[in-house]
Parts: sequence; structure tokens; C-alpha cells
Amino acid sequence: MDLLNNLALGFQTALNLQNLAYAFFGTVLGTLIGVLPGLGPVATIAMLLPSIYTLDATPALIMLAGIYYGAQYGGSTTAILINVPGESSSVVTAIDGYQMARRGRAGAALAAAGLGSFFAGCVGTIIIAAFAPPLTELAFKFGSAEYFSLMVLGLVGAVVLASGSLVKAISMIVLGLLLGQVNTDVITGAARFSFDIPELTDGIGFVVIAMGIFGFGEIIANLGQPEEQREVFTKEVKGLWPTREDFQDAWPSVLRGTALGSILGVLPGGGALLASFASYTLEKKVVRNPRVPFGKGAIQGVAGPESANNAGAQTSFIPMLTLGIPPNAVMALMVGAMTIKGIQPGPQVMTSNPELFWGLIASMWIGNLMLIVLNLPLIGIWIKLLTVPYRFLFPAIVVFCCIGTYSLNNNNFDVFMTAGFALLGYIFYKLSCEPAPLLLGFILGPMMEENLRRALLLARGDWSTFLTRPLSAGLLIAAALMIVVVMLPSIKHKREEAFQEEA
Amino acid sequence: MKIKSQRDFWSGLMFLAIGVAFAWGATDYSFGSSARPGPAYFPFGLGILLALLGGLVLFKALTLESEGGDPIGAIAWRPLLIIILAITVFGLALPRLGLSCTLPLTIVLSTLAGREFHWRGVLVSCVLLTVGSWALFIVGLKLTIPLWPIYFTG
Repeated sequence: MDLLNNLALGFQTALNLQNLAYAFFGTVLGTLIGVLPGLGPVATIAMLLPSIYTLDATPALIMLAGIYYGAQYGGSTTAILINVPGESSSVVTAIDGYQMARRGRAGAALAAAGLGSFFAGCVGTIIIAAFAPPLTELAFKFGSAEYFSLMVLGLVGAVVLASGSLVKAISMIVLGLLLGQVNTDVITGAARFSFDIPELTDGIGFVVIAMGIFGFGEIIANLGQPEEQREVFTKEVKGLWPTREDFQDAWPSVLRGTALGSILGVLPGGGALLASFASYTLEKKVVRNPRVPFGKGAIQGVAGPESANNAGAQTSFIPMLTLGIPPNAVMALMVGAMTIKGIQPGPQVMTSNPELFWGLIASMWIGNLMLIVLNLPLIGIWIKLLTVPYRFLFPAIVVFCCIGTYSLNNNNFDVFMTAGFALLGYIFYKLSCEPAPLLLGFILGPMMEENLRRALLLARGDWSTFLTRPLSAGLLIAAALMIVVVMLPSIKHKREEAFQEEA
Repeated sequence: MKIKSQRDFWSGLMFLAIGVAFAWGATDYSFGSSARPGPAYFPFGLGILLALLGGLVLFKALTLESEGGDPIGAIAWRPLLIIILAITVFGLALPRLGLSCTLPLTIVLSTLAGREFHWRGVLVSCVLLTVGSWALFIVGLKLTIPLWPIYFTG
């Protein structure tokens, strides 16, 4: 029973007092930023990265993971109560959840979301524990050519499922890959694109890019938009426990959402966002005669997507932990965090740092438990937070981001670079270029180059090595198929429709 | 020729320019051969690829009809310039003036980027954030950030 032994090791690590404290801190902070619209997990994790220099790797990653899934919880709370999804993954929750709140059933909606998420989180944790070891073993069979092809598949997958224009998204990836080329060449030691600036020979820090584009870029974009009117249901949250009918209606949706979310989370580019959309569509198809119609406050429309997004958030750790390949921007930051702590992400993490690996997995279950215990009673406090105006919030974000970038190398060069990327982030926003693929490309760029060059070296310059090795060929074909399928007229139409609903 | 989508037109141009710049810059380094790829091999290929993709976006922006021309819309100059100024001032001031003076400066500046500005609220934020950052970053996380202006401590 390797699985049990491993999980035992994990729980031993995660139940250590320090790790519990960081899991708690992470989940609370995650919920907080999930509740506050205009501050996402990407910016928050980027903001906290400098602080993990002083932490051990395990508590640091436990805390960052807590922020990620905590944000999913917090996001659904605001979606239900004020029809403002704090996170993009809770956009669909707002449809039926807010209607339930308007009918005085906010408590039941919050409970369905919370309990559904908890169930999904438990299942997600078990899935990671069960599937990570075999995937890791598969990954050890990979050579350079396979790794390169896998990264191509990962990057293509990430944009095929993302919203917006496909060509632009691919361009953003390539731009990210190029920004990752500003460094010292690993093989020859030549400084590239550094313009004789010594700070640039170490490469651009990804914290600088993440904070500039996601942190500051978002602030500028938010400030440029007219203020929104919010209607908050603070007084009517009572009768928290759902009725028996609610349970009967909700549990099949929770099961379906969990299953769907677990599968979609593993896919590159998947994760929480896609999972919740797919689940809502599925619920509308499967539930023929809901007690309350969809769009008018059907509990299935809350329970399904909420379970799905939490399951997806959990299982998106699988490619990151086993292959070292991040499926979304948050995971890209986790990979960066590992590198900061001197851990090379990839299949060897499980054997070289078993405490970290299993401790992180176990902490997710504990964190989910904390969330459900914390959140249901504390909903009142979270709602109060919503009344904090943005004009107090954004200077605080500016200050924390600035201190964070400065303390990276105790050098103000990084601060100036961040200012540049803030400008770039706003340009991307104005030109509707999605920045998440850029971050993925940037993280994977150096790894991709190294594997490409090594593969070519081994094959004596023969490019066909990528197609003659069966595993590598399979991965590349899968990537090509993904693009072709998305280009097909009927699917293209559907895809655009789906993202229009989102907007 | 008429631009059918403003946003795509400018993004295409941006990708094209950056791609060409990177590919051109890469010619300074040794290209190697495909059997022994040099430092320029990967960035040169990527630069060309980005330029091609940019060209494709540009082509689409000039040929495919989009809703209402897809305009870029008003640029939020005020928040944009003030936030960037605030970051730059922070970077310049921190090594010289220390955390105690730099933070209030940054907070006052960045608050100006918003719509409302009330001195009382700003002062409260300044005190709270400065003391909080000192407690969190210097006392708690033990980061080596100067606290007072170097002119005081000599």
C-alpha cells in the first residue's frame, strides 16, 4: 500500500504546526483576495514570492497553493452575494447563485458551493495521490525530444482552451518564449539581448513580469474603468443549512461536476475556469426538470460548477508536480517558486523531495477542510470587506508590489523594469492580448530551448527526430490536432459563443 | 486600405516589430548549425515565427470585418502615467530615503491616480501601510531594506 504510506508521510508533514499555520494563512489570504474583485491569485502569489526567500520550500508552496484554492472559495462568495465574481472561475456561479440570493436563499447557495467544493477537493486530492506516481514514472522515460514536444503540446493546449483570438494567443506565447531568451546562454555562456546591462545577463525575473503585467497592469486597467454599482445582500444571509430537497437536487450535480472538473483540470490550459463553464453546460443538458429553472436560481447551477472548479484547481497540480509543466499562470508561478527555492521542477521532485511532494498534497485536503470550517461561519466578515473602497486598496497593492520587486535582488533595477512591464501590461489590455500565455511561454522558454538543442545535438542535427520517436510524434500530432479541431468552422463558432457568454 | 480591427492592427504591428527586433538582435550571436545549435539558433527562429504570426494578425485586421471596427477606446492616461511615475519614484527613493519616507511618498502619489483624494484617508493609509510594512518586511521577514534616509544615519 504505497499510496497509504505516501499519504501518511504527507499528513505527517502537513500536520506539522508550522505547515498548518502557513496553510491556514494561505487559505485565509486566498479567500480574502477571492472576495476582493480586482485582485487575483496571480498578482497575489507574485506579490508574495519575494517573501518565500526566508521560508523553507514546503511551507512556502503550501501557502501558495492555499492562496490558489482559497481564492476559488472566496470568488464564489462574492458571485453569489453581489453578482460580482471575484474570480473568473466563478462567473457561472453568479448566474444562479445570485438569483438564489435574491430569493433569500443565499445561505443555501453558499452552503451548496462550500460543501460541493469540499467534496470535490477531497476527491481531487485522492486523484493527485493516485495518479502522480505512474505519471512520474512515464515522465522518466522522456528524452529531450519528448520533453520538447510535451511543452509544445502544453503551450498549444493552454491557448486552444483559452479565450480570445487563437493567433494572438500563440503570438503571446512566442513573445513569452522570446523574453525568456534574455539571459546567458546555458551551453556557450554568451550573454544574449543584455545590451551590456549586467542585471539583464541573469535574465528578466519572472516576478518582475508577473507583477508588472498582472499586478500593475490590472490596477491601471481597473482605474480606467467607471466605478460599478454594487448591491450587497448582507442582512439576508440566514438559514445557512440547505433543505433536504436541496441536498437531493445538489448531490448528483456535485458528483458530475467533480468528475468533469478532475478530468479538465489535468489538461493543459484547463484548470478551474474551463471546468466551471463545462459543468454549467452539462448541468443544463442533464437536469431535465429542475425544481427551479436554470438562470432563476437552480441549486444545480451552483453546486455543479463550484465542485468542478475546485476539482479542476486541484488536479491542475498534476502536470506541474509530475512533469514540471505548468498548465496555467498560477502553476507557472508555483514552478517559479520551486526554482527560487532551488528545486528543479519535474518528475524527480517526488523522489528527491518526498516531504514537499506529499506534504503539499495532504495540505490541500487540510486546507479544504479549514476553508469549509472557516468560511461558512465567517461569511459576514468577508462581506464587510467588500465595503472597503478600491481607493484604499490599490495604493496598498502598489506599495507591496514595489517592496516585493525591490527585495528580489535588493536592487532598484528590478523596480524600474516592473514599471516598464506595467506599461506593457496596459498595452496588452488595450489591445485585448491575453497575458497568461506570455507568462507560460516565459517560464517554459529556457527549458524548451535546452531540450530542443540537446535533442538536435543527439540526433546530429536531424529535425525528423521529433517525428520518428513515437512518443514525441504522438505529442506533436496531438498538438496539431488540437489546433485543427479548434479551426473547424462549427467548433470555432461554438467556441466563440461560449466565450461570449463569459463576457 | 481600411483597418477593419484597430486592436488587431496594432497588436499585429507590435508582434511584427518585436519579432523582427529579436531576430535581428540574434544575428549578433553565433548561429551554429542544426547539429550544433548556437546561442542564436532558438531566438532567431522564434523571432521569425513571431514576425510571421504578427503579419497574420495584421492581415486579418485588414481583411476580416469586425464589429464596429473594434476600437482601442480611451486610454486611461492619468492612472497609467501616475502609477508608472509612482513605481519609478519608489525605485529612486528607497535606497536613498529609506522605507519610512518612500512609502508615504508612493502612497500619496499613487492615490492621485484614483478618482477621489481625501487627505484624511490618505494619511491613515500612509501610517497604517508604512508601520505595517516595517513590521512585516523588516521585522518579520528580515529583508534588508533601509528604514531611514541615508542622510540621517550617515
